[in-house]
Amino acid sequence: MASPVSSVPAEEAIEAAVEKPVERGEPILQVRDLEKHFPLTQGILIKKQVGAVKAVDGVSFDLYQGETLGIVGESGCGKSTLAKVLMNLERATAGQVLYKGEDISRASGRALKAIRRNIQMVFQDPYTSLNPRMTVGDIIGEPFEIHPEVAPKGDRRKAVQDLLDVVGLNPEYINRYPHQFSGGQRQRIGIARGLALKPEVIIADEPVSALDVSVQAQVINLLEQLQDEFNLSYMFIAHDLSIVRHISDRVGVMYLGKMVEIGSDEEIYEHPTHPYTQALLSAVPVPDPSGREGRERILLSGDIPSPANPPSGCRFRTRCWKAQEKCSIDVPLLAVPEVFRGQSTPAAHASACHFAEDVDVVGAG
Amino acid sequence: MSTAVSARAKTGDTEEAPLLQVRDLHVEFRTRDGVAKAVNGVNYSVRAGETLAILGESGSGKSVSSQAVMGILDSPPGFVTGGEIMFKGRDLLKLSNEERRKVRGAQMAMVFQDALSSLNPVHTVGTQLGEMYRVHKGSSRKDAKLKAIELMERVGIPGAKERVNQYPHQFSGGMRQRVMIAMALALEPDLIIADEPTTALDVTVQAQVMELLGDLQREYNMGLILITHDLGVVADVADKIAVMYAGRIVETAPVHELYARPAHPYTRGLLDSIPRLDQKGQELYAIKGLPPNLLRIPSGCAFNPRCPMAQDICRSEVPPLHAVTEQDGRALPGRGSACHFWKETLHG
Repeated sequence: MASPVSSVPAEEAIEAAVEKPVERGEPILQVRDLEKHFPLTQGILIKKQVGAVKAVDGVSFDLYQGETLGIVGESGCGKSTLAKVLMNLERATAGQVLYKGEDISRASGRALKAIRRNIQMVFQDPYTSLNPRMTVGDIIGEPFEIHPEVAPKGDRRKAVQDLLDVVGLNPEYINRYPHQFSGGQRQRIGIARGLALKPEVIIADEPVSALDVSVQAQVINLLEQLQDEFNLSYMFIAHDLSIVRHISDRVGVMYLGKMVEIGSDEEIYEHPTHPYTQALLSAVPVPDPSGREGRERILLSGDIPSPANPPSGCRFRTRCWKAQEKCSIDVPLLAVPEVFRGQSTPAAHASACHFAEDVDVVGAG
Repeated sequence: MSTAVSARAKTGDTEEAPLLQVRDLHVEFRTRDGVAKAVNGVNYSVRAGETLAILGESGSGKSVSSQAVMGILDSPPGFVTGGEIMFKGRDLLKLSNEERRKVRGAQMAMVFQDALSSLNPVHTVGTQLGEMYRVHKGSSRKDAKLKAIELMERVGIPGAKERVNQYPHQFSGGMRQRVMIAMALALEPDLIIADEPTTALDVTVQAQVMELLGDLQREYNMGLILITHDLGVVADVADKIAVMYAGRIVETAPVHELYARPAHPYTRGLLDSIPRLDQKGQELYAIKGLPPNLLRIPSGCAFNPRCPMAQDICRSEVPPLHAVTEQDGRALPGRGSACHFWKETLHG
């Protein structure tokens, strides 16, 4: 099933592309019809595939140079699998990931090494993503072992100390171990490691959700400040919608392996047209008790269906209050809905719903 | 079940005595590295039908104080070293273990954060729900199962008759949390303590579960203690709030007033660090520094190393919980702030 569709791209082409500069506002990463299916097998000796968990099932979007794209969705919607496929930690089943115009989804060897230098990841859990037996200096300096051209051997200690300084940690802590730091400090170490190779793209998978409220704001500010300083492009995956809104220029909403709506933060938060986005936004507890009695809430019934056996047609139809017969037959495409086509309203953004409607659920106006 | 509820007389709550009153509670953990003072003199009360939210970050003592109330503190290393817990007129700390067991489950119950690890994986959901009736009421297996089905229907689990024979792993996260709520409700307690009941759930499911908890509380006129770190959830459901920091309550207030006019710099910092729509693109306000190590709580006010208003007095004297008043001296009922400079914080 996972047989490569196109020929293996020439390593040279990718290596050359990696060096190419990208103008601000140009797409740096283009994802086209990306799929990741995990096979479900039965039998011990003779394995037989009985189905597949369609974790990511036909996702397309662009990430522009210098912007922050927020990806939101509930657990099981495929947002973390998407990050892993973009990082080439998981091989795509089908589709393309174009980095500066070259398909990297099947890259290997030298080309993969060159890409990994430029696309780095920050993980959710600062407790398990740092090796407890390595000092902070070794953790942050480890990328230099693989890419010695970034920092020659003699300069490494200095380079690590500079990185510690950049993320707001005392450079003298270089010989300490991860357990000697708090959660927020550990996340800073993870960020420093991600920055070590001077990447262009950082994929952050729930980078602040394990942190206390008073520490979250510190890490968010750090990420924004680093973006300005190093001209980074972020893909910011999170389930906390208010943090995503704060940090993102554009936001994509995922449901059961599909992107259901994507647009600028204002378009998504103030003019959501997909019912799932509307339900998600209305379910978020607002930290303001005034007017809580008057707030209308769209309560979804039931749970997310299994991605091994998704509903036919629109995947959200089993929980949607607008669902009609058409929804169980036709898969809605992610495009500007017909009713808004050609209009200049903020509601005219890509939304995968047959019955898209502009509803302000947050009441932000 | 509904007839039993209406027939039940609520005797625990009278005008003068609240359902639960915690006074000067102290809890410490004796560890190899020293004594960690997790709760240092906490006072609060809950009336029937009222929701108290205890808000705090990890290590603030919010969970430990409620475990002490429930009587499920891991001991050792945890010890209640002082104070009293008055529940329906009796001091729970003076009861024997046997008497305490009768209170637990029957009169006060707890809903935990992680439903999967709180349920027994090798017994069916029905057995675990029915156990409440078999142990406390001596019901037969058959009756207990019928009761379990009734409970599952009450908390909105579809297909209760079939699902009663299923195991916890066959339930989704939201449904498991409903089972936990059903279990807490089983014996119609007067008080429910919910420790981060929705933290492990997705937002759309979280909204369902909070709605259910609120409905049940109104129906049975229960007291509810909601322990959380989420300022959004608190704003949605609480009547009054106690903010904890380093084992102390630093501010108490009715929910609307706390969000509108915080009287403690820590509360104000927390509220300011939530991303807001009108400050997009700007830097978020961040409380500097880190929560304190409970083995070495700073002298004076525990918040002083992180506080923008700290003066010499904050480093030497522990602030008591001052009654908070308006500028003209008018009392603000239910409000208190453990800050030497609460006037400056509240009135600017």
